[in-house]
Amino acid sequence: MDTVKLTIDNKQVEVKAGTTIYQAAKDAGIDIPVLCYMNLHDMGIENKPAGCRICVVEVEGRKNLAPSCSTPCQDGMEVKTNTVRVLNARKTVLEFILSDHPKDCLICPKSGDCELQDLAIKLGIRNIPGEDIAEVSTYRLDTSPSIIRDLDKCIMCRRCETMCNDIQTVGALSAINRGFRAVVAPAFEQNLEHSSCTYCGQCVAVCPTGALTEADHTNEVLRHLANPAKTVVVQTAPAVRAALGEEFSMRPGTLVTGKMVAALRQLGFDYVFDTDFAADLTIMEEGTELLRRLSAHIDGDKNVKLPILTSCCPGWVNFFETYFPDLKDIPSSARSPQQMFGTIAKTYFAGKKNIKREDMVVVSVMPCLAKKYECQREEFSSNGNPDVDLSISTRELAAFIRQANIDFRSLGEESFDNPLGESSGAGVIFGTTGGVIEAAVRTAYEMYTGKTLERVDFEELRGMEGVREASIDFDGLELNIGIAHGLGNARKLLDDIRSGKSKYHAIEIMACPGGCIGGGGQPRHHGKSEILKARASALYLEDRNKAIRKSHENPFIRELYSSFLGRPNSGKAHNLLHTGYFDKKKKIIVKQ
Amino acid sequence: MDKKIKQLRLVLRNCGFIDPENIDEAIARDAYLSMGKVITEMHPAEAIKIVKESGLRGRGGGGFPTGLKWEFACNNKADRKYVVCNADEGDPGAFMDRSVLEGDPHSVIEAMAICAYCIGAGEGLIYIRAEYPLAIKRLKTAIAQAREYGLLGKNILGTGFSFDIELRYGAGAFVCGEETALIHSMEGLRGEPTVKPPFPAESGYHGKPTNVNNVETLACIPVIFSKGADWFSKIGTERSKGTKVFALAGKVNNVGLVEVPMGTSLREVIFEIGGGINNDRKFKAVQTGGPSGGCLTEEHLDTPIDFDNLIEAGSMMGSGGMIVMDEDDCMVSVAKFYLDFTVEESCGKCAPCRIGNKRLYELLDHICKGKGDMADLDRLRNMSEVIKDTALCGLGQTSPNPVLSTLDNFYDEYLAHVMDKKCPAGQCRGLMEFFIIEENCVGCTACARVCPVNAIAGERKEPHKINKGICIKCGACMEKCKFDAIIIQ
Repeated sequence: MDTVKLTIDNKQVEVKAGTTIYQAAKDAGIDIPVLCYMNLHDMGIENKPAGCRICVVEVEGRKNLAPSCSTPCQDGMEVKTNTVRVLNARKTVLEFILSDHPKDCLICPKSGDCELQDLAIKLGIRNIPGEDIAEVSTYRLDTSPSIIRDLDKCIMCRRCETMCNDIQTVGALSAINRGFRAVVAPAFEQNLEHSSCTYCGQCVAVCPTGALTEADHTNEVLRHLANPAKTVVVQTAPAVRAALGEEFSMRPGTLVTGKMVAALRQLGFDYVFDTDFAADLTIMEEGTELLRRLSAHIDGDKNVKLPILTSCCPGWVNFFETYFPDLKDIPSSARSPQQMFGTIAKTYFAGKKNIKREDMVVVSVMPCLAKKYECQREEFSSNGNPDVDLSISTRELAAFIRQANIDFRSLGEESFDNPLGESSGAGVIFGTTGGVIEAAVRTAYEMYTGKTLERVDFEELRGMEGVREASIDFDGLELNIGIAHGLGNARKLLDDIRSGKSKYHAIEIMACPGGCIGGGGQPRHHGKSEILKARASALYLEDRNKAIRKSHENPFIRELYSSFLGRPNSGKAHNLLHTGYFDKKKKIIVKQ
Repeated sequence: MDKKIKQLRLVLRNCGFIDPENIDEAIARDAYLSMGKVITEMHPAEAIKIVKESGLRGRGGGGFPTGLKWEFACNNKADRKYVVCNADEGDPGAFMDRSVLEGDPHSVIEAMAICAYCIGAGEGLIYIRAEYPLAIKRLKTAIAQAREYGLLGKNILGTGFSFDIELRYGAGAFVCGEETALIHSMEGLRGEPTVKPPFPAESGYHGKPTNVNNVETLACIPVIFSKGADWFSKIGTERSKGTKVFALAGKVNNVGLVEVPMGTSLREVIFEIGGGINNDRKFKAVQTGGPSGGCLTEEHLDTPIDFDNLIEAGSMMGSGGMIVMDEDDCMVSVAKFYLDFTVEESCGKCAPCRIGNKRLYELLDHICKGKGDMADLDRLRNMSEVIKDTALCGLGQTSPNPVLSTLDNFYDEYLAHVMDKKCPAGQCRGLMEFFIIEENCVGCTACARVCPVNAIAGERKEPHKINKGICIKCGACMEKCKFDAIIIQ
């Protein structure tokens, strides 16, 4: 391995050739401030446009300052990271950036979680010279069901663009205009709603400022909770419990299931249920559909569509509806767990409790921003009454808990209500990449072979590589499974399907890198990929600790089928738990 | 006729002497002779050595040694390589490249073929702004004729060497003259620069080794091979060889393109070739290097023009803009004018250029309006130095030059603006005051009626007065007055 030797702040360091000055300094314990730079190295996600110029350093013999994030180390380099020249440049550049940024930190949704604010504190900015004569760029506020774009706060770090184009290959966001008017926006400055946006929220997940935030629904939830005529039911997605604690300074990967339930009760929800229950239900429906298609395929039916694709991720659904509408018959017709939960709550559970549909409000807590859009889709409502009324993100729940003056860390552990609060370990791992397909395999294996599955941990399906594959032996039948997380990776598998090259029987796709644990509604990882890994481990731990680890063994699921739905894929199940997909190409407006 | 003596037409050797739409006329003046010699008789390394020995440096502004650039591209192995001609001439008032392309397109095509042979490229691209329709037409004609003659295309002159050229059109963004931005624009991406390394010679067009040269640089190549590196390197100064074409403009008697050997003094160009200052006014400054160059003064007039001397004097060669100013030009306003251009043309990628230049412009405007103070001058310098030190590409790194060079060379003028609230050149209206000369005023009331803020008072047929506290210095009264009774001071 080629190495180079250099000095950074008079410290001798030796690094692999090609290492950037920033990385070399970091490894040597020297922290250079950065703003636009972001590196989720485990996932191959890197943003380094070298645009903010905050990370500049002095390199002996070079006429101007070097951006440390994108300047490779060279043999014999002498680097200084904190000279007067460097510090003055950094401060002046930050003053430039702040001079074109609103000063409404007190009421900004990102206050306290803003990388620009942190930097202003770190560099001790106390005034902005020339502020009285400085023009500040302003843009039209763009609201969508999931994402709010307040571009007055955009600092052109281009992270959102990297996520949207390079990682997700959605192509909704790119830089437009030039000079002082340059900003990141959909083509022709259309609203996000009329772009190819899938609402995956990865732009929001990485935005360092308040330019991209979620549409906040906590006030609506509060209003429903305050209305005594309403029965308010809440469901929590699997990935929420593995990340919520971070909002309260708990170590990443801390499971807070019991505290979360206690907090939700204190907030006044009448029933605290678990989306994991609906995840088990999804497995019953999707697993059955998989076996039906598989059997037909084995029997030589040429019309049957394989591979079957999972359909629980709404960002992913939006993606194929926009980019692959010709393949819309391939994904499973099973609704997502959020929507299955909503419909069961408002039919089965409401019936049991004699609550009128109009008097019940279903709220979901999701790691996801696309869920906000999903619950507003017309097909998921009955006479204008949505199956899920409101969806709030993990971050919104945390803010809600703080507002309500609940000391989260000292809360006791409480359990979900029944019957929609019980789940198997299979439902829990839905929250991480590979989890849905592992859950499906656990059930489908037993359904197909009629044998008991002894080993339920499928390590071969786990991990963080963007595209993974495995073959599972179904008692002589090799089931080929593909897994992709991140829409760019999904696109590769879809291109193969379109060109008839796909060898898989079933594919799991999650829009967000890492799966739901890395969702657009989760506490911000600020570019630390170890946080995502810790969240995934937490979910596998919860799965291991569960007494029941296969969806079809969940007694409340059995009860639901025997007393209400009949059997998986029954007519009633089909009406309530399945859906169809649409060609969304037409929603995109490209003319000015 | 005197003005022609100092000139040496090397780049412009054929311009005006041949019909640019007739390849035979170009060939009659030795076009493609050098290419023929190189591809039939020379090894690429040998040819690169000649370019290196000639001392030719890039004429687009950077002044990077051309032979070295070719060598880098040659040494990087790849299945495909590209030769790119940068014809995105964007400096306001500059038309050197356009003149070459319109007057002698074959010289550029020939040079690109030589370069391709040297670095091992099979494809050439000319990035030309769409605002140059005649140059585009002539290039297309020239390329078609060269193909017809077997001077472009497959197996040129039976040597087995194949090379062809396509055009790519730019939409006129100044920053696309920066080579990485140019390459992105050709790829259909946003015209934005990226950090170097990697240099285009390593990873350029579609990630392949790419050599980008400016039109004028390329136009020198055939001459170097026909007359020899030695002959070429005898022209010019120690570190800048050959000639340079300037677009001489501003307050001189003879404006237009001027081609002189490197080392000619500014005085020779301005006063001998340019014929001195208009109306015998006093010379004040000369701005070289286009919008990112600097303003030089009387004391620099005898400096021999070359890449290094101009940088040392606080300006640069740039692509060859040369604008002469006289005593009526306000240097603060001049700096503001250039900043206005760079603010408009910044791509917006890096913060210092996107926001910093805007702030520089605002502050200069503030000073021109008479609202500046001494602290503003310090801020002006600090901001300029930081932008220069931190901007991503050449555009941002040089955009504060007009400010820094005027601060260095015309500090008194800045002082007059902020301390005395006066503009010595009488250009900054914000620092002017409007007066009515009583003797000339007949009391016609026309000025009072046209004044948008009712700042003028007076009885009919009596001299009027301007209330300075109300006057917004719009100048409407002065335009209206038929008796020359209103003046500004």
